[in-house]
Parts: sequence; C-alpha cells; structure tokens
Amino acid sequence: MADFKEISPNASSGEKLTNWFENRFPTAFQEYKKHMSEYYAPKNFNFWYVFGALSMLVLVIQIVTGIFLVMHYKPDAGLAFASVEYIMRDVPWGWLIRYMHSTGASAFFLVVYLHMFRGLMYGSYRKPRELVWLFGCAIFLALMAEAFMGYLLPWGQMSYWGAQVIVNLFSAIPFVGPDLALLIRGDFVVGDATLNRFFSFHVIAVPLVLLGLVVAHLLALHDVGSNNPDGIEIKANKGPDGIPLDGIPFHPYYTVHDIFMVSVFLMVFSAIVFFAPEVGGYFLEYNNFIPADPYQTPLHIAPVWYFTPFYSMLRAVTTEMMYVLMACVVGGAALALVKGKFSAMIKGVILIAAAAVVAAMLAIDAKFWGVVAMGGGVVILFFLPWLDKSAVKSIRYRPSWHKLMLGIFVVNFLVLGYLGILPPSEIGGRVSQLGTLFYFGFFLLMPWWSKIGESKPVPDRVTFAAH
Amino acid sequence: MKHIKKLAFGLVLALGLATGAHASSEGGIAWDKAPGKTTDLASLQNGAKLFVNYCLNCHSAAFMRYNRLTDIGLTEKQIKDNLLFTTEKVGETMKSAIDAKQAKEWFGANPPDLTLIARSRAGSGGTGADYLYTYMRTFYRDDAKATGWNNLAFPNVAMPHVLWELQGERQPVFEEREEHGHKVKVFKKWEQVSPGTMTPLQYDQAVGDLVNYLQWMGEPAQNTRVRVGVWVLLFLGLLTFLTWRLNAAYWKDIK
Repeated sequence: MADFKEISPNASSGEKLTNWFENRFPTAFQEYKKHMSEYYAPKNFNFWYVFGALSMLVLVIQIVTGIFLVMHYKPDAGLAFASVEYIMRDVPWGWLIRYMHSTGASAFFLVVYLHMFRGLMYGSYRKPRELVWLFGCAIFLALMAEAFMGYLLPWGQMSYWGAQVIVNLFSAIPFVGPDLALLIRGDFVVGDATLNRFFSFHVIAVPLVLLGLVVAHLLALHDVGSNNPDGIEIKANKGPDGIPLDGIPFHPYYTVHDIFMVSVFLMVFSAIVFFAPEVGGYFLEYNNFIPADPYQTPLHIAPVWYFTPFYSMLRAVTTEMMYVLMACVVGGAALALVKGKFSAMIKGVILIAAAAVVAAMLAIDAKFWGVVAMGGGVVILFFLPWLDKSAVKSIRYRPSWHKLMLGIFVVNFLVLGYLGILPPSEIGGRVSQLGTLFYFGFFLLMPWWSKIGESKPVPDRVTFAAH
Repeated sequence: MKHIKKLAFGLVLALGLATGAHASSEGGIAWDKAPGKTTDLASLQNGAKLFVNYCLNCHSAAFMRYNRLTDIGLTEKQIKDNLLFTTEKVGETMKSAIDAKQAKEWFGANPPDLTLIARSRAGSGGTGADYLYTYMRTFYRDDAKATGWNNLAFPNVAMPHVLWELQGERQPVFEEREEHGHKVKVFKKWEQVSPGTMTPLQYDQAVGDLVNYLQWMGEPAQNTRVRVGVWVLLFLGLLTFLTWRLNAAYWKDIK
C-alpha cells in the first residue's frame, strides 16, 4: 500500500480533492499513467493506426444503442418483426437508434478489417506481439458470432433464411453434425427457440466475451508496446530517463489525434445513418423488410457483405475442387518428405497424416470441407505469427514483390467478397475457387515465400517528419 | 409425429437450398422511374386517399397508424372524417377489411401487408417505388388467369387490376426480336381497349401519388431523418475543424 500523503492546508481545493482520491484509490492514478499519460507510443503512427481506436468507438456505439433497442425489442417469433417496426415508427428517435446499430454492425467490420490489414502490412503480429494478435483474432471470431446472431433478431426473410442456411452447415459435420445443428437451433428448423437463444447470446454472452477479449488485447499491447510503420522496436533506443527516444505519451498526443479522426469517422458514419441507411441493400437487405416466412424460400440468399469472402470459400469447395485439394495435400506432403530436413519418425508421421487427410477427403462429402474452408479461412489467421519468416517486420523494408503479394491478397479478398454477394455462376465459381486456393496458399506457403527476396536495410530510428 | 413432420419439412428445405430449385416470381419488364417526392405533401395526401380507398380493402398496413398521417399535413379530424373505414380510433393501425381465410380462397394467396412494400421491393432494377409505379401501370386482360388479369412487371400475379375503372382496359403489343440467337417476345407498346375515367396522363399521376405515399409509409421518419442529418453533419464539420486545429496545436511540439 502506498503511504498516506498529507497535503499542505494552503493547497488549492483542486489539489486537495486530487490528494483525497489518490490516498483512497491509487490504482486509478497508476493505471491512468500506465495506459494514458505515460504510455509511450511511437511518434510515427500514420493514418492506419486510427482503426483500433475507431473499433473501440463502434463497440461503444453498439453497446449503447443495443441497450436502448432491447428496451423495446421483443425476442418472440410472433412479435419480433413488429417490434422492430415499432422502434422505427413509434419509439421517439427509435429510427436513429436502430440505424446507428445496423450501420454500426457494418462499420465495425469495416474498421476491424482495416485494423487487421494494418497489422498485416507492418508485421504487428510478430514477436513479441503474438498474443496481441491472437487476442485480436479471437475478437474477430467473437464479432462474427455476434453479428451472425444479431442478424436473426429483426426476423425478416434474410434473417431467417440466412440463419437457416448457416446452421444447416453444421449438420455437414460427420457423426455429430445433425445433433449439433439441433442443439444450436433448439428445434428442427429455425424458430422461436432459435430466436430466443440467439438473443441471449447476442445481448449477454458474446458481448461479455468481446469486452473481456478487448481488455486482454489492450493490456497485452501496452505490456509489449505498440509496433509502428517502420517495424522498429522503439524500446531499443531509450533516453537517460528510460523513456524511448521515439516515443511520445499516448495522452495527449494520440488522444487529440484520435479525437480528430473520430470526428472524421462520425461524419462518414452519420452520412450513412441519415442519408442512406440501407446503402443500396448492402447494410440493410431489401428482403429483410419482409417478415420471416418459413414456407417461402427467397430466390437468392446471401449473407451481409462482411461475411461474403468466407461465404465464397464455402461455395468454392465442390466435389471437383476436392480433387484439387487432395492434390495439394499429396503435393505438400511429398515436398515435405523430399525437401524438408525432418527425422525419419517425423517423416513417417507426415506420410500417415497426409494419407489420413486424403482418406477423409474421399470419405466425407464436399459440403463438410466447404465448412472447413470457411472456418479455416478465419482460423488460419491465428497462425500468422509463426508463418511469417521474413527478415524484417514492416512492408516498407520487405522485398518489393512482397508488396505485390500483399496487394494481390487484398484484391483477392475483395473479389471473394464480391462474388459471395452474387448468385452462384459458372465463371464466378471458378474465380472463387482460384481465389480460395490463393487465400490459403498465401498463408500456408508463407514460411517459404516470405524468406525469398532481398529486404532493405531497416533504420535504427523511426522515420518521422514534423507535422 | 409433429417432430417427424418438422424434420421432413427441414429436409425438404435443405434439399431446396442445395439444389437451388426455387419457383420464381421474378422477371418482368424494366421498371419506369417513379416521379414522386416524399416531401410533396399534396401528392402524399392524394396517395393516402387512393391507398385507403383502393388498397386497404384487401391489404393491410399493420405497422402504420392512422394518426401518423398528421406528418403529411392532415389533421386528426380530417383523418377521422375521410379516411377511417375499418376502425373508430385514429391511433389504430391500418388493418384491412378482408378476412385472411377468404382472401386465400379468392386469390390463392394472402394479400401481403403493404407497410414496407416499397422498401422490400427495391432491387437492382430500381427503388421499390419504381417497381410499384411500373407494376400499377402494367395490368392487362388475360382470360387464362383466374382473376382475368395479368401483369407485365409481376407475371402471373394473383392480384386483379383494382384501379381498372380509372385506367380502363389496355392490351400490350409484343414484337418478336432476336436476342443471343433466340427469338424472344419483347413488349413494344400499349393499346387502349376501353377508356377509363382518367386520361393516361392523369392515371400516371394518380399512381405516382399512390406510390409516393407507399414510399413514405415505408419509413415515415425519412424526411425528418434527412432534415436532422443536415444539422448533424454541419455540427460534425465544425467539430472536425476544431479537433483538426487542436491536433495541430499539440503536434507542433513534436519534432
């Protein structure tokens, strides 16, 4: 315990008040210093570094608007749709709350995708920030669950059929699938039971997990310190006072930075909320203005835009595609056996594992492997810190063709997303199969390709031009 | 037994999804642009009158309260005296007069609720209003249909032409054209068979007003939303300027 500090009776009342609190709640003061006024962040942060703060802002928007929505929403298959319309029409400012929440969902994914791309560019996931990255991936996963379950709640046609399609996917899992799907739905088709449990998860369970993970993400980040566009450890160059020479206190420098960017973000956000809340059917799908009808399947069921890259991967895995994937497994195993420097025992294990995977691929329906691809597309992100073997962190100093690689990865991800919105087609199917192969190839072959090429010399100090 | 039925139903659904074999009610001609503006109160009031007189007999607008019509410039007394047919209370929602069971018997389908029809009918062809504007103007006589009516924007629709007295009867003229090597029947023009009480121009205007009303009813707060939005953006513009200068004031010390 810190010693009780007496203060001069002549001190100002402000100082006295501060002293009173500091004696009784020193933790608040220490934590404020640790995370704000004496958290030293690299001074060369650029535009890409605002999306972490923005995702926190969107999280707060979602929680606050969510609280108000729950006051009027009815989680009941017979009442849900009408209660949303009640919010839109009869609740004072209900339309604003609802549009903020629906726009917030898309905004959340937008800022999180940009935040992840920043990490990808500057190698923010690499030693010693592996845990920061892992917590972040877990946040992304929780966010997907949160969005998926929240989307059922308005109980429109897309809500209903989207949930129907996705939950049915689980039944493709061998042995446990049908029972698992039943457990998720609580019924044989999506119904009132499903709506109630999704509501419970959406407003209580997943937000709690999300908040916990966000805290872990931030604490881990502040323990190891932020990366920066140069990928340099600023802690390697400290002044005599022990403060990194290239570090500046988070508060006030980055708080004023973030407040400015929050204002800009809110302009874009408000423009959507007030002038185009449907965003041409991408944020609020037209079909979802029709109440859920279990007897009428919509012509075309597509998830909301932020899920479509992964949805494309799901659709890409057809029976034909399975042979390509088997060839990849066999090829990969052969390469490991010939080129890899493994002991005989490991080689044996690789051989048996490859044989088992191919056998499973032959035995189990392609639909299941589609689900594996969709889930794998997210899970593979967790392994990134150990897949990247390049000599330097930041894309600035990596070989030029790595930039090209990252560029293709981004375009590929966007193309997959676009194709996932469209109804299935011959050409679209082929392109998304290629795209899926590239997506996984990008990660799985990274230990090999990230080592190739001449990286540029990394400076000792960050590159910074005064504003 | 109930569970087995549900399970069988689920399986049928799953099969339907897997094969993508859904009956389609889509198709039809390109949509015309709806002329209305939801800020035009006279148009909205005329649309409301048409809606209550012609649509509300079979369709409901179950999320729309009569007294919300005060937003388009009507007084509660005007609403009570002129527009209340199915209820006494001005705070009630717009229920239809038809019995759902009978409707199903007569038309083979339940007339859908129209509160959100303009929002749900939007698509790649245009806004929901564009669709409805086209739909209400492309009915024609077709003796092969149970109701005696068919529609170009919604082929084989179950609804008869409710506004036929206003528009009169028309017949579409098709022409054969070659597209991608196939002969297709393409709509060319309309032929007036018998006159209505309105001229074609008046009719288009009336439908425009009706559709405008439907568009407004889909989201009665839409005009408020845009009005508030302008002020919000003006405020945020000012805030952005101030925070930009604040940021610059702090960062000028960082070398």
